[in-house]
This record gives sequence, C-alpha cells and structure tokens, in this order.
Amino acid sequence: MTDRQQKLASAALIVSVFVLWEVICLLAGISELVLPRPTQIVSAFLQFAHAIWPHAWQTLYTTLVGFSFGVLIGLSLGVLIGSSKLAYNTAYPLLVGISSIPKVAVVPIFVLWFGAGTVPAILTAMIICIFPIVVNVSTGIATVEPELEDVMRSLKASKWEILWNVGLPRSLPYFFASLKVAITLSFVGSVIAETVASNKGVGNMMLIASSQFNVPLVFSGLMVLAAMGVSLYAIFAFLERRMTGWAMRKDLT
Amino acid sequence: MSQPDFVSFEGVGVTYGSGKDATEALCPTDLTIAKGDFVAFVGPSGCGKSTILKLVSELMKPSQGHIFFGGRELGAKPVRVGMAFQSASLLPWMTVRDNVMLPLKIVEPFKASFRAKRQGEYRARVDALLDQVGLLEFADKSPWQLSGGMMQRANLCRALVHDPDLLLLDEPFGALDQFTREELWQTLQALWIERKSTVLLVTHDLREAAYLANRIYVMSARPGRILDTCPVNFARPRPIEVTFEAPFVQLTQELRRQIVHAPARNKADAA
Repeated sequence: MTDRQQKLASAALIVSVFVLWEVICLLAGISELVLPRPTQIVSAFLQFAHAIWPHAWQTLYTTLVGFSFGVLIGLSLGVLIGSSKLAYNTAYPLLVGISSIPKVAVVPIFVLWFGAGTVPAILTAMIICIFPIVVNVSTGIATVEPELEDVMRSLKASKWEILWNVGLPRSLPYFFASLKVAITLSFVGSVIAETVASNKGVGNMMLIASSQFNVPLVFSGLMVLAAMGVSLYAIFAFLERRMTGWAMRKDLT
Repeated sequence: MSQPDFVSFEGVGVTYGSGKDATEALCPTDLTIAKGDFVAFVGPSGCGKSTILKLVSELMKPSQGHIFFGGRELGAKPVRVGMAFQSASLLPWMTVRDNVMLPLKIVEPFKASFRAKRQGEYRARVDALLDQVGLLEFADKSPWQLSGGMMQRANLCRALVHDPDLLLLDEPFGALDQFTREELWQTLQALWIERKSTVLLVTHDLREAAYLANRIYVMSARPGRILDTCPVNFARPRPIEVTFEAPFVQLTQELRRQIVHAPARNKADAA
C-alpha cells in the first residue's frame, strides 16, 4: 500500500465510523438524550459556538501552561537523573511512587491550597505529564553506548561536554516521543480539574450541559477536546520528524 | 626514536574488588613502548589486553605500580589519545564529516578556535583524512548509510584527526568480514607509515597482529601477564600477500602455540 492509499484508508475509516453511528442511531431510534447522532452534535456545536469558544480557550490555555511547566521540570529532572547512575537509582523509587498516584486524587488538594479555578487545572496538567518525560529523557541519556562514552572520556571530555554532545542529542527522540504522550495526558489533567473544581473550561461546560440533559452539547464538548488533542499531537509529531529524522531512518531514504 | 621509553609500565597491576572477592585482572607488568612504534597485544579473552588500553588512556587507574608517559608519570599532564573500538559508535545525528570532527571540538588546542575554524581549516583537515581512507565522497552522508567497513574507516579517522600522541585500538576490525578486514589493515598501515603515530593494538586475530605490528606482546589468560614479546621484522609497506608466505605463517603458528599452551605453563609456575 502506498503512503497515499494508506492515508485515504485512514480517512475512509473515520468517515465510515461516523456514518455508521448516524445510521445505527436513526434505525434503532436511539434518543438524543442517550446517544445523539453526529449531525445533532454538529448542529449543537454550531448553535452554542459562541458559548463554547471561551471554554475551549480556557482549556487550551491551562493545558498549554501546565504542559510547558511539565516539560521544563520533566526535562531538567530527566537530564539530572539520567546523567548519574547514583541519582537514577536513588530517585527512581520515589518517582514511581509519585507517578502511581491517580492524578484525579490530587485535584482536591490543589483546590484546598489555591482555590477552585485556573491554578489547580494548570497544576494537574503539569503533574500528569512530568513522569513520562522524566522516564524517557533519563532513559535516553543513561543508555549511551559505553564505547562511545569511553571514546569521549579518553578525549578528556568533561561530563558536561559528554552530556551536550552525546547524551542530549541521543535522548531527543525519546523526548519527542514522550511529548506526544505528555500533551494528550495534559488535556486529561486539565479537563479533570475543570470538571471537579472550576467554573470555566470545556470540562466544566460538559458538566453543566449534562446536568441540563443537553447531551448533544456534552458530545460537542468531547469533539472540541478531540480536535484540540489531535491538533497538538500533530504539531509535536511534526516537530519530532523535523528534529529527530535521523532516528527514523526509513522515512528519509 | 628520540625517546626510547615513550610509554613505560613499572610493576603495573590491576585488581578488581577487595578482600576475599578480589580478582586479579593484570599481574604486575613491566613494559616499554618507543615513540612511533606499533605494538600489538594478543591473547585469549579476558586476559587484560583491553585493561592495558584503559590504563594508558586513563579510563582506569592501576591498583599498583606506575605508568610513565614521555618520562613523566601519567596524569601529570594530559596525554592526547585517540581510541577506536570494535563498534564504530558514530553519532547517527551527525554527518560522517561532523563525526570525524568531534575530537577537534573537545581536545585542546583545537577546541579554543573550533567555532572560528570549523568551516575552514578543520573542515579541510577532516576532508584530507577522509580522502586518505577513501571516504571523502561520503563525508555528507549519515553514518547509517555506510557499510560496516566504511564506518570503521570513519572511526579510525575520528581517532586520528586530533593528531594523538597515542592511537589505541581495541579490536577495531573484529566485526568485519575477512576481505574488508584485510583492506582496513592496509589502510591502517598506510596511515601509520605516513604519520608515525605510536599505536597500541589489541586483537585476538593473530594474523592481524603479525601483519600490522612491529612487536607483539603475547598474554596469558586471567590473571593477565605478558608471556612473550615477538618482534616482527617484515619489510614495510607489507603487501597482503606476505601473510601467505612461510615466515609469516610460522610466526602466527608460534603465537598460537604460546597462547594455547599458556595455562599449562601457568600451573607449572604455581607448582
């Protein structure tokens, strides 16, 4: 299958899922209170577009701010842990412990500290995406080939020079792979926080819509989230290709 | 040969661990290598051949004894070394040229003017070296686009580009097929004849040692010690055909006999 055919097949699958959804709902007579048809969702989206926009912006804003902090912290921790075996072994159990806490459970604590609103959403988005970045970056740095390290050390390269010339570039593919995971996780984080404790954001909007039994609006909230998630994923996938093409050799030749 | 004792070991030994668990990797060893010499270390696996290279390159410190370089104890002033291992370990995100240029970015005095000269003088220097080993047309390729033999050529260039005082080669051709290996022997010999670098080669290929080196140190199984030193006197440049002639075959058989019979000797020594 050529690349073009592959893309056509993917698009056809997506379209047919929606068509099937529409047809099944029509034939089975499913109420829009249970499962609205795609056409109903789109019309709800158009009808409430003005009301949806501020919420969408809010969610995008908290997600991106939280994600940026998460990347900064994750990258620094990853470099720190990856460049020393001692730090790696010492810090790993703690990191695993922190990462195994369901992040929904910390939202009430953030609300207790900072009040409901934007801050808990940012913090949740941040904390949920740190761990995959730390793990990936530190793995990338810690797995530099020993021969290569010996070559560098025999040239009397400092630890910093080895990190800058070998460790960091080598961990870039791991880093970008983790960014794709992290950005989607950040959305999960901010939407959870908005649902639990906020009066803004798509999560909050969906909560209110469902309490008013406006199910098509709930689903258009989902659509908006999916659209934002896919777009950001695509942006990072593109960046990954540009920055680390060398790691995906087949794509280049 | 102005400095006969360019590198010298005085009672250098290496022991891993301590107390009951201590394993002796290298028995106290004395040896001297002259400037511009080409020596090879041969022996069974785990005989401490690579340990000698790690000691000379200061990747490892001896447990006992002293290593001198140019009359001064190692560590007193930085010794410029180039190393190449069996895996070429080129950086996949750089072109072949940038890979070879890497030492110039790290080793003084090249490092100081790296930014200013990387496009000019250093590039010309790298390209000249790549040309010598027949890789110039691949300078802008990525390492993974090269064959194994070509990668090792680039690896050799990276080990030589900063004019090291010592070239340390740890089974650099171990993973190559016979024909490629012989081609690379010739390349390495040509580079050595031209540059007269001091080369320490570790290998378990006896033909490789006999073809390339001026002198061969034969080592025993762990704990490593030097059993014998064989001078190799074939005229340079040595054509590859020399390896099929009687004196060469005799030499490699003699080396083989010494290594194979080494354990028996060890026991005799102990008794």
